[in-house]
Amino acid sequence: MRDQRLWTWHIGAGVVILVLLGLHMTVMHLDAFVRVFNATPEEPIHWSNVVARGRSVFFLVSYVLLLGAALYHGFYGLRNIVFELNPAAALKKAVNGVLVAAGIALFVVGTWAAWASFQFARVAG
Amino acid sequence: MIDTKGRPNRLGIAGWLGGGRWGFERYLYTLHRLTGLGLLLYFVLHIFVTSSRALGPESWEAAMGRVSGGIFVLGEYLVFAAFAFHALNGIRLALVELGIGIGRPIEPVYPYRTSVHAQRPLAIGVMILAGILAVVGGFGFLQ
Repeated sequence: MRDQRLWTWHIGAGVVILVLLGLHMTVMHLDAFVRVFNATPEEPIHWSNVVARGRSVFFLVSYVLLLGAALYHGFYGLRNIVFELNPAAALKKAVNGVLVAAGIALFVVGTWAAWASFQFARVAG
Repeated sequence: MIDTKGRPNRLGIAGWLGGGRWGFERYLYTLHRLTGLGLLLYFVLHIFVTSSRALGPESWEAAMGRVSGGIFVLGEYLVFAAFAFHALNGIRLALVELGIGIGRPIEPVYPYRTSVHAQRPLAIGVMILAGILAVVGGFGFLQ
């Protein structure tokens, strides 16, 4: 039952990623065809565009949502792959612990970066 | 996660990679896993590299300078192509999970079409779309 719930969240996270990563890829890599959220004519990774997106509340929220969804989707997928090898119960517990700890740590780093760059961009004007 | 109790993956890692005679979709499954693992590895690195923007323009430019050049452009394109495949194949998997595009259940009276035959057009269709997306995205990397 618990695994069924986790699997449903995995698919739900996939849908969130599809929308937000689709937007991210469009902004960053399809700019030759669809120019969105690039305020200046420079490249999408040019600081002027990065700081312009960084001061947007929409991007702050979408970055954190994408971060959480992608970490859950990725680490749950990795967990499924490892568990298919039928590890012992103790090893399963250790894998769960490592993946949860790594996921939380990466979420904290990424959220800090999104929030700090939002504050930086707001002050920079 | 599928409970493998009583049906262990006796082939181990070879069981992950080999499609045997199970057809096209089984190789999509293998590629879905490989691209998923590649995207996860890239994503973890991407979090650290792009976090440099929080420390200002000098830190950002230095981080971008460290990951610029031919080999990184190629690597980034492979990530884009992996995204194109994983996303489109993921849509197919979600549709199949919901019972869409796999045909109606029929009585297995010979000669019958299997579910695999019924869902093959969906698999081919999403792969064509993934290929188009990978090619279109490639133009951006050539600039």
